[in-house]
Amino acid sequence: MASARLSPTRTLAAHAVLILYTVIALFPVFVIVVNSFKSRRAIFADPLALPWPEHFDLIGYTTVLNQGDFFAYFQNSLIVTTASLFFVLLFGAMAAFALSEYRFRGNTLMGLYLALGIMIPIRLGTVAILQMMVAGGLVNTLTALILVYTAQGLPLAVFILSEFMRTVSDDLKNAGRIDGLSEYAIFFTLVLPLVRPAMATVAVFTMIPIWNDLWFPLILAPSEATKTITLGSQVFIGQFVTNWNAVLAALSLAIVPVLILYLIFSRQLIRGITAGAVK
Amino acid sequence: MAARKPFRWHIPVFLAPAVLVYTAIMIIPLFGTLGQSLFNKGETGADFVGLANFATLFGDPRWSDAFWNALGNNLWFFVVHMLVQNPIGIALAAILSTPRLRMAAFYRTAIFIPTILSFVIVGFVWKLILSPIWGIAPGMLDAVGLKFLFAPWLGKEEYALTTLALISVWQFVGIPMMLIYAALLSIPDEVLEAAEMDGITGASQFWKIKLPLILPSIGIISILTFVGNFNAFDLIYVAQGALAGPDFSTDILGTFLYRTFFGFQLQLGDPYMGSAIAGAMFGIILIGVCIYLFGIQTRLRRYQF
Repeated sequence: MASARLSPTRTLAAHAVLILYTVIALFPVFVIVVNSFKSRRAIFADPLALPWPEHFDLIGYTTVLNQGDFFAYFQNSLIVTTASLFFVLLFGAMAAFALSEYRFRGNTLMGLYLALGIMIPIRLGTVAILQMMVAGGLVNTLTALILVYTAQGLPLAVFILSEFMRTVSDDLKNAGRIDGLSEYAIFFTLVLPLVRPAMATVAVFTMIPIWNDLWFPLILAPSEATKTITLGSQVFIGQFVTNWNAVLAALSLAIVPVLILYLIFSRQLIRGITAGAVK
Repeated sequence: MAARKPFRWHIPVFLAPAVLVYTAIMIIPLFGTLGQSLFNKGETGADFVGLANFATLFGDPRWSDAFWNALGNNLWFFVVHMLVQNPIGIALAAILSTPRLRMAAFYRTAIFIPTILSFVIVGFVWKLILSPIWGIAPGMLDAVGLKFLFAPWLGKEEYALTTLALISVWQFVGIPMMLIYAALLSIPDEVLEAAEMDGITGASQFWKIKLPLILPSIGIISILTFVGNFNAFDLIYVAQGALAGPDFSTDILGTFLYRTFFGFQLQLGDPYMGSAIAGAMFGIILIGVCIYLFGIQTRLRRYQF
């Protein structure tokens, strides 16, 4: 049916628009990455030139990598993101399972309570969160960040995952019950593997804001030992404001991990959104 | 029949971790902040002052000028997103969902990439591109003979906020695109085939058939944009600093809250007024969400396939 209404001109026009927008979307990234491989003089003389051999220079990367801190920041970001992601997915899936599988008094109310956080941003509680972390001695620890990000990610995770878990066949779960599986075993061995696409969607939507967040690291954990890569590169830009090579190399390195994870999950992403609640 | 079913312990076990963390880190601080906005410094700690902080915020010229300025800027920031980001997102999604379009997955992935970048990178690279000294934009405009159009957009009071809003649009256009794309994919083929039988194809098919069907998704996108915009902070902070220059022309509620709570060069931090600003933001977002939930969402017609 599709072939009848797709004239070549329309297809061509569609490609033209999409290519134009793709160029707009990728151009700034291209500028950063290309210039990070060039010598200082070449950056200023011809910012758009590719790093041909005569301009090619790794001085930016060596500067960054010799700054020992950069690896520490990287490690902090990795710890915070992975740990928060783990807790969001585990706790979120558990709560979503309880809400979608069992009928109990207060079920709907609990669902609404947990969904409240999708609309009201956690940042508005920052004042009290900081006071609480000061009281608990958690300021300048990664634990504080992990706690905050877990709470921040849970509402959306519960919402998306419970929509998905309603689609898991009841027969399968009941078959498990007849075979004598406990409710915990049903959750971990039957349901969790089946909602993997939804978990991937939640993972992307949870991970990106955590990796890129500047607000909470700036407020809760600005010390040298707990800086994340996002805060680290912001400070780095301030310190090395004239060392363009180093700044560009640092930014290129900061793009890599989140880009890799996005490319891994992006196939699952559309599948997750389509089948999920937001359609 | 057994008198009572045994208590199903697994339900609280499944719910407890999420509910505890969420309540302790999100709900309690949120209401703690709202509560604190009713207090102010007294001789012996905090004194209850009722709504006096809000009266100061809205009425006392020392505070209200900055507040209304930030609120107005924030509204403009939101308007730009609604007028530019969402139409572009919908248009891209409509084009992407053309059946049998080659390389659709590539375009989709590429257009979403700015969304995954951190604000630090986004702010830095656009400052670089738009810089009048080193910048790429003046050179590119020069190459096509339009050099006279160039102005230091981020440095001029009248352009800076719009420029930042457009940068933010550039970054986040992937989100409406993805959600609308998913909504368009979920329209069943039978509906579109029926439209074709009636001779409705191409653009008129989009306006008459697809658009009404994706209105609920557009509603969700609008409210997500609203919440996101009134909660924005990072882009302004990395591009213009906490002072939201030039001369506060890019100050929005997020930067205003940050400055008030943590202080800046000219002023000490004030947790009570900071809480009051957070409370005002809470109210604004709540009003917006309520308008959406009760005014818009209930009127949207949903179709079951």
